[in-house]
Amino acid sequence: MPKPNFKLTPVHLILVGGGIFMLMPFGWMVLTSLKTPLEALRFPPTWLPEIWRFSNYREVFQEISYLRYFMNTVFITAVTLLGVFFTGILAAYAFARIEFWGREVLFMIFLALMMIPLPVYLVPSYMILFNLGWIDTYWAMIVPWMVNIFSIFMLRQHIKTLPQDLFDAAKIDGCSRFGTLWRIVVPLSKAPLITIGVFNIISSWNSFFWPLIVTHSDAIRPIQVGLAYFSREQSSNYTLLMAASTLTILPLVILFFFAQRHIIQSYIRTGLKE
Amino acid sequence: MNRKLKETFAGLVYLLPALILLAAFRFLPILFSVRISLYDWGMAGPKKFIGLENYAEVLTDPVFWKSLLHTGWYVFFSVPLMLFIALFIALLLNTRIKGLGIYRTVYYLPVVTSIVAVSIVWKWILHPERGLLNYLLSFIGVHGIGWLEDPRGLFAIIFAPLGIKLPEVLTGPSIAMVALIIMSVWKGIGYNVVIYLAGLQNIPAQYYEAAKIDGAGRLATFRNVTWPLISPTTFYILIISTIVTFETFAQVWIMTGPPPGGPLGTTKVVMYYFYEQSFELWRLGYGAAIAFFAFLIILALTIFQKTYLERRVHYA
Repeated sequence: MPKPNFKLTPVHLILVGGGIFMLMPFGWMVLTSLKTPLEALRFPPTWLPEIWRFSNYREVFQEISYLRYFMNTVFITAVTLLGVFFTGILAAYAFARIEFWGREVLFMIFLALMMIPLPVYLVPSYMILFNLGWIDTYWAMIVPWMVNIFSIFMLRQHIKTLPQDLFDAAKIDGCSRFGTLWRIVVPLSKAPLITIGVFNIISSWNSFFWPLIVTHSDAIRPIQVGLAYFSREQSSNYTLLMAASTLTILPLVILFFFAQRHIIQSYIRTGLKE
Repeated sequence: MNRKLKETFAGLVYLLPALILLAAFRFLPILFSVRISLYDWGMAGPKKFIGLENYAEVLTDPVFWKSLLHTGWYVFFSVPLMLFIALFIALLLNTRIKGLGIYRTVYYLPVVTSIVAVSIVWKWILHPERGLLNYLLSFIGVHGIGWLEDPRGLFAIIFAPLGIKLPEVLTGPSIAMVALIIMSVWKGIGYNVVIYLAGLQNIPAQYYEAAKIDGAGRLATFRNVTWPLISPTTFYILIISTIVTFETFAQVWIMTGPPPGGPLGTTKVVMYYFYEQSFELWRLGYGAAIAFFAFLIILALTIFQKTYLERRVHYA
């Protein structure tokens, strides 16, 4: 940012001040994660660690089944995303390009379902999962989330903008309906599909309320729930807590820097956030 | 007709995966929740039909009303703070400023990070004796704020030196709740900045030129041009932020207590109360009734905002 002709105007001063406030918690998290437990508790605190204790990070893996949580989350996120793509592409195509009976009504019902807050269907969903024998399994965290109405909505809007000529040409050339979807629509929907992918990865990765309720055993827990219980069990072990938090945030921060444009786009279009 | 039938069949086939999942995990549960709420329904033991008793109990439950009050304070402070600070920052960023991308990244970062991790970090920052925030405040002469441990109401503290004793509903958010509000503003601001920036960039430049020709100053331009033309965005942010802050849960689970919702239950919000009744005490019927009321309140707030505030919105 500071190019040679950069001037620190009052506007920049305010924005930099605000920026420091925004970044301070992350900075403090990383700094604490590198101190010894004794130094972390000192008051007044030190800014930079006197002894840089990188072993805190190793200890996180020894103290809790962090790697297990991590892999659980990667697995849940990946399978959920595949499901979202599968159900979403098919449904969006139907809503955008197949003129079936009752299409508009059904679409309105979909949108209305999107507005219902989680607590309304949480209790009965729990019972349904319980009766399926899925409580405390990966299925309980994956299957209900393999459809994402917002993704269907976004993809439908995109497919509607594709020119009709493409579909006519495909038909004349004898391309089947599914062939048209797979060979023409999908390759032309890369941008919205990436946005949907990024958006769903973030929400799966950060998901907390649902997995908290449908899991009981430690081995099955995703990263957020594992971290949350860790914070309850060792509430004063600040150095390890900060190291674990850093590890939990890091993958998404990396993703954020690579896919910033898509992430911000997806959030502008949604209105969904934690 | 034949063609229409064929199309309908095809449409159904393509929709089937999504339909099955939505039916099983959204549509049926919503219907089912109505039934559950009419029962004394626990995880074990017989279920007993009790009609509307759960609903009646919610309405006479003092803890429910208190949780509603706490949620109210939380929403009432978080939403306007988030909105106005975000608008202010977006206005500063909307001046063809250098480093816009970097600023936007920085302000946006808390939005994508997990609520669990940042709650843990903020709990540490807010530590009354060893926390960073109290350390920084000590430089400006403010000492020993109890943050998450102080149950006293904000207004009660302000009015105490005047010898005024406020009734409980007016004591305001507890200091612990204020701490949660600070964090929620920090977490949510970036999202609103980005939405506002998108909205500001849609205002046609000729309005500003006209204001300039008429000799309008910065404040007048803001009041007569920017604020009315940005009102659809403000309206959108207002509705979304109200819903999101109303459904706050994770912060309370992680940061407050033990027991969560503390100190003295002053941070027990509606969502947490719902969770506690449903999944800790396993009163599933009662939980379903709470969820139903929470939904009604959210719906009512949204309708209220739509009917009374949308009139003031200028859609260009």
